[in-house]
Amino acid sequence: MKQQDLSTLDSVVLRFAGDSGDGMQLTGERFTSVSALFGNDLATLPDYPAEIRAPAGTLAGVSSFQVQISNHDISTAGDTPNVLVAMNPAGLRANIGLLERGATIIVNIDAFDERSLAKAGYDENPLSDGTLGQFTVYEVPMTSLTTEVCKEAGVKPRDAERSKNFFALGLVSWLYSRPIESTNAWIEKRFAKVPMVLEANRRAFRAGYDFGETAELFDARYEVTAAPFPSGEYANITGNTALAWGLIAAAQKASLPLFLGSYPITPASDILHELAKHKEFGVRTFQAEDEIAGIASAIGASYGGALGVTTTSGPGLDLKSEAIGLAISLEIPLVIVDVQRGGPSTGLPTKVEQADLLHAMYGRHGEAPVPIVSAITPGDCFNAAFEAVRIAVTYRTPVLLLTDAYLANGTEPWLIPHPDDLPVVDPHFASAPNHVDDDGTEHFWPFQRDPETLARPWAPPGVPGLEHRLGGLEKADGAGTVSYDGRNHEKMSHLRADKVAGIVATIPDVEVDDPSGDADLIVVGWGGTYGAVATGVARARANGKKVAHVQLRHLHPFPGNLGDVLSRYAHVLVPELNLGQLSKLLRAEYLVNATSLSKMQGVPFRAAEIAAAIDDVLGGQ
Amino acid sequence: MTTTAVPVTTRKDWSSDQEVRWCPGCGDYSILAAVQMLMPDLGVRRESTVFVSGIGCAARFPYYMNTYGVHTIHGRAPAIATGLAMARPDLDVFVISGDGDALSIGGNHLIHALRRNINITILLFNNRIYGLTKGQYSPTSERGKVTKSTPVGSLDRPFDPVSLAVGAEATFVARTHDMDRAHMQEMIRRAHAHRGASLVEVYQNCNVFNDAAFEGITSKENRGAMLIQLRHGEAIRFGAENEFGVFRLPDGGVVTDRVTSDNEAHVLVHNEHVEDPSLAFSLSRLTISDHEPTPMGVFRDVSSVEYGESASAQIVQQQSEKGLGDLASLFRSNGSWTVK
Ligand code: SF4
Repeated sequence: MKQQDLSTLDSVVLRFAGDSGDGMQLTGERFTSVSALFGNDLATLPDYPAEIRAPAGTLAGVSSFQVQISNHDISTAGDTPNVLVAMNPAGLRANIGLLERGATIIVNIDAFDERSLAKAGYDENPLSDGTLGQFTVYEVPMTSLTTEVCKEAGVKPRDAERSKNFFALGLVSWLYSRPIESTNAWIEKRFAKVPMVLEANRRAFRAGYDFGETAELFDARYEVTAAPFPSGEYANITGNTALAWGLIAAAQKASLPLFLGSYPITPASDILHELAKHKEFGVRTFQAEDEIAGIASAIGASYGGALGVTTTSGPGLDLKSEAIGLAISLEIPLVIVDVQRGGPSTGLPTKVEQADLLHAMYGRHGEAPVPIVSAITPGDCFNAAFEAVRIAVTYRTPVLLLTDAYLANGTEPWLIPHPDDLPVVDPHFASAPNHVDDDGTEHFWPFQRDPETLARPWAPPGVPGLEHRLGGLEKADGAGTVSYDGRNHEKMSHLRADKVAGIVATIPDVEVDDPSGDADLIVVGWGGTYGAVATGVARARANGKKVAHVQLRHLHPFPGNLGDVLSRYAHVLVPELNLGQLSKLLRAEYLVNATSLSKMQGVPFRAAEIAAAIDDVLGGQ
Repeated sequence: MTTTAVPVTTRKDWSSDQEVRWCPGCGDYSILAAVQMLMPDLGVRRESTVFVSGIGCAARFPYYMNTYGVHTIHGRAPAIATGLAMARPDLDVFVISGDGDALSIGGNHLIHALRRNINITILLFNNRIYGLTKGQYSPTSERGKVTKSTPVGSLDRPFDPVSLAVGAEATFVARTHDMDRAHMQEMIRRAHAHRGASLVEVYQNCNVFNDAAFEGITSKENRGAMLIQLRHGEAIRFGAENEFGVFRLPDGGVVTDRVTSDNEAHVLVHNEHVEDPSLAFSLSRLTISDHEPTPMGVFRDVSSVEYGESASAQIVQQQSEKGLGDLASLFRSNGSWTVK
């Protein structure tokens, strides 16, 4: 047996691709978990079709999972995969364009029969027609080896075939020197109820690993050592999970019961699923009859003194617009989570986009301001959710929390916070009348504002003496009774706008990343583009460019120092997964000549695209 | 929660200081008066009572009640009330709606609130017209209705609110009308006492845009002949001389017929408590067109699991199984590792 060399890599980008039914997401997630436990830094990018089972073997049905693991701090799943594991011809064809010369391709050769090739649209077999000459290709009979090892355990070939993704996982686990114990333990636990499947998966995993060791097919074996993380305890979580936990934590810190009113929609449903699992926190999840009832029930819960939250995506946000207006008018705490996906209409239901910013900002009739908070990485969804709750409760306002399909399903190691370190949020319920008439009688005025925050009192039913009526009709300043008076309406419109603008007093200034201190160009990103932008900026710097970077969490209001910061730079570059929405807002707000870098392909930016755009703006500088 | 006795109140305590702004002569006034007078008898507290409404003339109702109240958006009151009732099972939640609000723009929320059996009391003021928008036909307007939006007659077949509610398997469904305060109060009292979602359809006169829509059946002179009073356990008979009765057909439907000594034994005896909603549905189909004898009273009153209570019970069950939620363990629930 040939002893393969063990080479050390700083990082590697793997992409698992196969049919929707091939279990690629599971395979990728397992590889990720093992690497996280091993101590690598990592970032993932799941990429799956909108159809649950698109026609097998076709390009439309390809499901992929990309992960970058590294021995240093990274923030994206990588621009180009170093290794593509293709379970079938469609998986190869759909992803080949992502690879650069010299990449490694591992194919399940058993799936490259004439029929499957034709389904994927290949006239010739790419494995033999020379088109893959610039890559290193390994042909591994994954299906037949898997059925072979399963046969001994009495598993029927048709069932055994389903375990081939574990064979692939075993093989790459060997290739990248991943520990196998935790995957074995996971298989035992996950499939405990179906012993036959458990046995098949365990055997397939083992066979894949052993194949690497004994087949003498591979010239080298690699390792990616652990990354130097700050000490602490970590969990690998998706953005949707982080967001759900952030809501639970914030509700607990505010001593409010959490109520989620939601209607299932991709890619937001996992937040509903996660929250539904945690009734032990007193969380009430309500799967409503439609998107409108989702938000309406949350408004009802908030009116009753709970923390009302609704989650949605894409068209769901459109449907909630009227109710958001009601929450603005009632001035009631509410968090609306929008996991952005490609639009308009049904658009690209499973793909990332950031094109809801202007909708969040302006998508209601009337002057209807709402604060907007975004999350910048999967783990950061926790902080963003917490911040949205803080603003909603403190200012008695609906808050739009924007994440996206990439953040929702992507993962990264997350430093687990100590619950005691999380700030307390004070709901400060009204408890007594707050107004005395000239004749000395006491009243409760629901729109008597706090002079500092302009927030109105929150007075859920149940307190004698505070009975009051609220509504979507314009209210008299202070007393809150119905008022059609034009001057009062103007005053109330200003008060609502001033209240939201005043949130700036409690949000931190932006921290500019400008190591040289004399950059000419600042890149202004927002939300989930953080990883790609930071990496692209770092690359530009490595090429001698002087570039500053700021990533915005607060989109409305903007942080107080943003205008000053932007004015210090000759060039402002704004990369966004839309047609230039933030750049419009920045131009309008600060009269800066922002250059938009737009991408609308349903995938995140690549760092290289950011670096290239920086080069374009700076030219030969 | 307070455990002291509910304070003794009068109508005045339940009336807000807001000027009532319905058109003079509108049926809404008599419904408001009936409710304000009934409230002191219901054994509830003002601070624990909430009126939730959508949009329309009826929806102004909460402003006039000296309780907690919220006037929301068109059609959504049942959904908002659902969230409120789930979050606050201790409250008495009333929903005030109209035929357009509840059956057109908000039809979806209405049927789902009813099928879930969430603990809310829905009063549906049916005037068979859009009042606040100045007189377009509504989902309960009779076919051929000439209005501003249907100058040569409406084409839609109307909804019967009771049929719809029974079809959604609502656990309490009743009908009353704005000309009979005692009956209104009795129906609302029973609807409020019912645990779960209850719906009371109130025939309400819009004297401006659809005057006398129910005159033919609810006016003092017509009531005797045209109203079929449903009373649990009693034979369903009506008519000035009680000369008519309701009979069950072999196909499951019901008809009215003159009672004779031959058929007297077969007059249908009303039973509000039958699990199967078919009988209540058949009774609601007696009045297919206007000016036909119309049943009033409780069509259906069955007990079933209340939604908010079940939701609370799941929380209690999970807490006793898993212990009270603990953030530190939540954050580790998907596995974790330590970096030294
Ligand atoms: S329009 Fe009709 S329903 Fe509305 S207040 Fe006037 S009379 Fe009453």
